[in-house]
Amino acid sequence: MNEIVTPKSLGLSREDLPNSYIGRSVPRPNARKLVEGRATYTDDVTLPRLVHAAFLRSPHAHARIVSVDPAAALAVPGVVRVFTGADLAKVCDPWVAVLAHLKGMKSAPQYPLPLERATWQGEAVVAVVAESRAAAEDGVAALAVAFEPLPAQVDMETALAPGAVVIHPELGDNLVFTRTAETGDVAAAFAAAHRIVEATFHTGRHTGVTLEPRSIIADYNRADGTLTVHHSTQAPHMMQNVFATQLRMAEGDVRVICKDVGGSYGIKVHVYPDEMAVACMSKIMGRPVKFIADRFEAFGSDIHARDHRIKGRLAVDAEGRFLAFDIDDLTGIGPYSVYPRTSAVEGNQVVNLCGGPYAFANYRCTTTVVLQNKSPTCQYRAVGHPIATTVTEGLVDLAAEALGMDKVAIRRKNLIRDDAYPCTSPAGMRFEGLSHHASLDKLLAMVPVEKIRADQLEQRQRGIYRGLGLASFIELTNPSPFMYGIGGAKISAQDGCTVRMDPDGSLVALSGVTEQGQGTEAILAQIVAHGVGVPVSKVKVVTGDTQTTPYGGGTWACRGAGIGGEAALQSAIALKEQILEVAGAMLQAQGSSLDIIMGEVVDKATGQVRMPLAELGRIVYYRGDTLPKDLARELVQTRHFITKEYPFAFTNGIQASWLEVDVETGMVKLLEHWCVEDCGRVINPMLVDEQVRGGIVQGIGGALYEHCIYNEDGQLLTTTLADYLVPMAAEMPDMHVGHVETPTKESLLGAKGAGEAGTAGAPAAIMNAINDALSPLGARVLAQPFTPDRILRALGTIA
Amino acid sequence: MKWPAMGYARVESLDELWQVLDAAGPEAQILAGGQSLLATLSFRLSEPSGLIDITRIPALRGVSVTGGTLRLGALTRHADLGRDPLVAAHAPILAQAAPLIAHPAIRNRGTIGGSLALADPAAELPACMVALDATIVVASRSGERRVPAADFFQGLFTTDLQPGEIITAVDVPVATPASRQTIVEVTRRSGDYAMAGLAAVLAVTADRTVDAARLVFFGVGSGAEIARGASVALTGTKLTQATIAAAQGALAGDLDPPGDLHGGPELKRHLARVLTARALGPFLAPAEQAA
Repeated sequence: MNEIVTPKSLGLSREDLPNSYIGRSVPRPNARKLVEGRATYTDDVTLPRLVHAAFLRSPHAHARIVSVDPAAALAVPGVVRVFTGADLAKVCDPWVAVLAHLKGMKSAPQYPLPLERATWQGEAVVAVVAESRAAAEDGVAALAVAFEPLPAQVDMETALAPGAVVIHPELGDNLVFTRTAETGDVAAAFAAAHRIVEATFHTGRHTGVTLEPRSIIADYNRADGTLTVHHSTQAPHMMQNVFATQLRMAEGDVRVICKDVGGSYGIKVHVYPDEMAVACMSKIMGRPVKFIADRFEAFGSDIHARDHRIKGRLAVDAEGRFLAFDIDDLTGIGPYSVYPRTSAVEGNQVVNLCGGPYAFANYRCTTTVVLQNKSPTCQYRAVGHPIATTVTEGLVDLAAEALGMDKVAIRRKNLIRDDAYPCTSPAGMRFEGLSHHASLDKLLAMVPVEKIRADQLEQRQRGIYRGLGLASFIELTNPSPFMYGIGGAKISAQDGCTVRMDPDGSLVALSGVTEQGQGTEAILAQIVAHGVGVPVSKVKVVTGDTQTTPYGGGTWACRGAGIGGEAALQSAIALKEQILEVAGAMLQAQGSSLDIIMGEVVDKATGQVRMPLAELGRIVYYRGDTLPKDLARELVQTRHFITKEYPFAFTNGIQASWLEVDVETGMVKLLEHWCVEDCGRVINPMLVDEQVRGGIVQGIGGALYEHCIYNEDGQLLTTTLADYLVPMAAEMPDMHVGHVETPTKESLLGAKGAGEAGTAGAPAAIMNAINDALSPLGARVLAQPFTPDRILRALGTIA
Repeated sequence: MKWPAMGYARVESLDELWQVLDAAGPEAQILAGGQSLLATLSFRLSEPSGLIDITRIPALRGVSVTGGTLRLGALTRHADLGRDPLVAAHAPILAQAAPLIAHPAIRNRGTIGGSLALADPAAELPACMVALDATIVVASRSGERRVPAADFFQGLFTTDLQPGEIITAVDVPVATPASRQTIVEVTRRSGDYAMAGLAAVLAVTADRTVDAARLVFFGVGSGAEIARGASVALTGTKLTQATIAAAQGALAGDLDPPGDLHGGPELKRHLARVLTARALGPFLAPAEQAA
């Protein structure tokens, strides 16, 4: 462990070190507010002169906008104004979502509302602003918009074929990005292989389904030229920059406020044209404009993800050692790359992550990212990870079967050794320190494999088919500017925290990372309380306001704890040093002989209480005249943190799924699920475990339930929660979570990300478990979600 | 989405209902539990001129047994079906069906009258009522009509209900010692509409001869689908694995399911066969069940 004092590091119990909060399951300070319904979501904010926006959305996957006649809409009671793409383009510059380091990437300019053509069903085309959302919808219903339907390019498999509909003719074709990573001699490795296994996998297009939908209020004040945006977002500072840049304003004139957020999962870190339209309309009208996406329009306008077809091959030698992976990934991303992260990153992550847990020498992986007339896709929780893990772990199981090897043994043989770090993967990923073997050991201590295998055999005699599936994974966390910044995106990889002591000895921490409901504010309070030496109840955390918090990136790619947490710890330590310097002057002692425990300055050697912080605060703030004239008394400290040694702090883990397939109905019943992961130092075990469980549930969603289904015309068919199936509590198994802790040495805190581990590995573990269950029947499923229909087809029950 | 603006009236009696219906005109919509109606309003799939709330009409409430008939008031909530002792004793299939209907919050509000009037092809209660050979009691200003459930349901979201009529009650023949009632379904998640479901009501003698059988499927057609061939295959003979197999075979002629998001017609036909065996298996002689 890095040199930070915790009870564990000293071999003490929690009671022995009462001011130790790092590593403790402290209840979330904001939980009561959330369950009492006293949170402030964006839709709870109401402002004087507020008007509401609703959008007419394209009923066609691809259509020319022939004409817009607003007359009838403007006659609807309560309707204030109607806006077209041309109206908004006057105040807003278009954006193009490419990253310079993704060589050759291209995309088309995107406007808040399209100028000439709608390119997916659900794209906002015309906006109506009214005194209420209901009146705005009445206005939308009264709009007369003529569309000329155009041929749609729906199938990604034909997007580059001759005769494809080129969605943006100025781009020349539908190719957004392609990249091949190649290391070693793949052809030779396959030629020399003892066995080669291959398969084609599909990961179903799905989406994030946040409890709170996308929400925004833009409030442009003509009197002082400022734009205040109340926004349900993961990245307030990024959005501040985007609004300022696109609306031609100074960043200082834009303030983004993000109070409580009802879940994000990556959905709320993107620039949405309808939200930009809201900002434009407010700027034009000089009035606050609110837009709250309803569930129906969310399904067709929130970003989708994971629409991939992946062909994979794995070459192994006679002992079961992996010689080479050869992967070909194809993904359809909709008609635009999404700003500013781009929609090429998911495919790029597949290239970076395939084979990631294993030691092997030869690697080839290509991703091909193409346009299509469906909802845009972009980064959703565990970007690319579940895809890469599904392909890798699916191939590993195939290899084990081809060789007649045990599925634990083949992983044991090939996982990167725990003493091999630092090292670089064939895909070029640098690993500081991972714990695949220790994690596997811990998993095997938790999963009763022998009992399960005995039960499996016994049940098969009775016609009950159960399966156990494993999936090792790596997870990319704590991203540096190598993720987006080097490509030119104005996305902060650094983050800051300001910690202030108030006169009564309580602390306020202002952080650039954000609270999406995942508990960021809870861990920041713990870290600050631990770092300064106060009860955690004395720390108030402020996030989500660009005007008051230090500049930062917000919530993405699992960085809140690792980046924001370290900034909080360093600023807390700096404040503690300053407090002790002042205390030393007051107590005529060396600052270094003093400590702060539970809000009181104590003698470090004896623990004797010398002075409560409230007394120190009283003197500093009200009787500063009594202190030495040249004594610094800066009871506000700010520190920023950015990783410097590694582009990413990789984590690792392994999951296991135990399930039962009803081979008559094709239904899958999840019996039990395990995950051991290594996110470095665990700050709040309860929160980390629940993050892992929540992530597993979203992985289960992708594996079994969630699917954005389109017909051949590009019409989205799953637009309600009756048709788009999210995982529900009744179907969830018991989920057991274990940890191995390998702290990153880049920070004192040593924390890496934990939010995506569950999602990264769960689909692969479930796929392998289903195929284990079906193995006596000679059936195998490789296309997610694993529906009853697909399982019965694999069994040959239906054709 | 938000509802369009519309009128609302709450009536306290049937007489008042007829008056308000006359005043409101044919575009007004009856509101009971609202568990399907309110969602369609939010999607603006229907824009009635107004809603007439009938939930305060005492005559539409209550569960009672008179002679050989179990009467269920139209306002009986799904949750009531699951816990009413008269329902459990006299129409056990309805008690079994209750926990399969959506989720507790919906069961607490949704009414059987509303479910039957909507006639969703994947809903449990229309199939149960047809299987039970229940009688739907409807009323209008001009009086009462009694319609056998099998005639009441006429297709996709279509019933025999005429303008100006509402369902007031359902009369269910009480179960006899020979009655065997069961409902089974396949759903992707608990509470979902069924991919396929089967409500089966049989009369079985002590020697396991099936005197009567009504197998009614849901989620596999345009409404509650009576499997006549399968029912005939079971009737007048002892219930055995062989007669169950014959009933499964007869389904090919009974059902013509459309595909949906879960899969095609073949999937539905297959699930119907599986459900037939699962529904009837428990009524086999113990020796045959084990086999």
